[in-house]
Amino acid sequence: MTAVLEVRDLQKTFGAVVAAKDINVTVNEHEIIGIIGANGAGKTTFVNMVTGYLKPTSGHIEFAGRNIIGLPPRAITTLGISRSFQVPQVFMSESVFDNLMMAYAITEEKGMGLLSPMYNDERAGRVDAHLDRYQIVEYRNATASTLPQGVRKLLDIAMAAVSKPTILMLDEPTSGISVEEKFGLMDVIMEALRQDNTTVLFIEHDMEIVERYVSRVLAFYQGQVICDAPTAEALVDPGVREFVIGEEYHRTRTENGNGNGNNRDDDQGSTDNA
Amino acid sequence: MRYVDKTVIGLSIAFVVLVFADFFMAEWMRFIGLQSLARGAVALGLLVLWRTGLVSFGHALYFGFGAYTAAMLTLIGFHDAFFLVFAGTLSAGVLAFLLGFLLRRYRAIFFALLNMAFSMILYGVIVKTEELGSTDGFSLGPPTFLGYAPEGEAVQTALFLFTLVFTYIVTVGVHLYMKTTLGSMSMAVRENEIRVEYLGYSAEKVIHVKYVFSGLVAGFGGAIIALAIGQVDPDSMANWTVSGEFVFITILSGIGNVGATYIGALVFELIRTYAFEYAPQVWQFILGGSLLAIIMFLPDGIWSLFSRFRKSEG
Repeated sequence: MTAVLEVRDLQKTFGAVVAAKDINVTVNEHEIIGIIGANGAGKTTFVNMVTGYLKPTSGHIEFAGRNIIGLPPRAITTLGISRSFQVPQVFMSESVFDNLMMAYAITEEKGMGLLSPMYNDERAGRVDAHLDRYQIVEYRNATASTLPQGVRKLLDIAMAAVSKPTILMLDEPTSGISVEEKFGLMDVIMEALRQDNTTVLFIEHDMEIVERYVSRVLAFYQGQVICDAPTAEALVDPGVREFVIGEEYHRTRTENGNGNGNNRDDDQGSTDNA
Repeated sequence: MRYVDKTVIGLSIAFVVLVFADFFMAEWMRFIGLQSLARGAVALGLLVLWRTGLVSFGHALYFGFGAYTAAMLTLIGFHDAFFLVFAGTLSAGVLAFLLGFLLRRYRAIFFALLNMAFSMILYGVIVKTEELGSTDGFSLGPPTFLGYAPEGEAVQTALFLFTLVFTYIVTVGVHLYMKTTLGSMSMAVRENEIRVEYLGYSAEKVIHVKYVFSGLVAGFGGAIIALAIGQVDPDSMANWTVSGEFVFITILSGIGNVGATYIGALVFELIRTYAFEYAPQVWQFILGGSLLAIIMFLPDGIWSLFSRFRKSEG
């Protein structure tokens, strides 16, 4: 396994608030990593720092053989780290097809190529293949603002994946999605990304999703990584159970026997976008 | 090109018709036509910005800069229209390029008013410069065209043809540019700058390109108007009301089609000319009333009449 991303001693403070502290993470090729933690634990801050949206107070982020701290998001995207957003960032008044067309054109054209016509049949073919892979063909001509939330999330992720990034970071791909739809959505995303051998890091609140799709867990609490271990190990880690999952959830299920799993007190579906 | 572009055909037909019409038009019509072409070209720059989600209340800056550059060059002995218009266009473009580094960081009302602030600086400078005639401005002689020195009505005929050729090229160019990746990025920047950044391109760079273009065509329009009127003065070249007129024309035209700006400019000139002639006391009232009517009944501008017609046809 080769390391693709190395984060060392990452710190971020907003005044007196410590949003990230002593973060040390090595991400290996083709890993699927779940980032978990309560609201304000520093998950999105971590993603924002790696993708260049926020500048860390100190520390190193090494990717593709160089320190990427201080680079703007567009440079980091070009190097090979893409991201999707908790609130989908798409071109709302355009059709799904045009959204992806634009994404492909921006990704593929450089320099004078920017002055060649955006639309050509080969590119349209790639866009249609992409729509197919993300199973949103039926929404091809629908305007993005009219899409159901789940489809818009898929579109957002599909746009982020256009550049075939080495690493794709997904910020809460299943937030705001109904329980029945979650697994279907994740199946589509994971299958699509697997075909490109993309390394995936995603923020998730739903432990069932984490258990099913993730090989390794990074648990955040108060700006620190309190656990970095394979999924099975991490989910029984006492720290994770206390600060991330919440013991309450497990107690109702196992000891009283009357829990139906719905009264978990973690914060799924909530917002903590920095 | 595998399919035939309707807009290019339409513009080409209009071009040919106007070339012939040039030799038969009454003088006043040609003058209004010339004004419309020049102001329409400025509005074309605003249309490009508008599609990127930006409105400028200060493009009289580039209009005036282009006009005064051309006019000042006649003071030191240059009279060739090609050179004067080229210099006016280029100087305004360079100014837009420099100011663009600052302005590309602003959006919405801040962008609009910062443009206006810069335009009023130019206005102030001109008004305070007595060598340039202060508020009276100064006049410039008739232009020559690569050695051809027309006299009388032939000046306007030649100038109209000259303007027509260049506006045609620019307009077709803009139309084709809108279909390129960089051109289409107007939409992307307007809709979502964050996504543009995370696709790997700088939204500010896109805005800068559009801004320089709008400066270039505004300088072009200014230089043409200077030659057409034969006089430059700050109040009709660089004042903020002139910027307002360009925004007016853009609203009137709508941003549906590049050709619409010329129609909008023509309608604007006609309303203004006739309102001024028949109702000199209330002509601004009429102008304002027509703007209100457009916003209420044709919020997407005159061009929406055409697209509406086409839709009912299909």
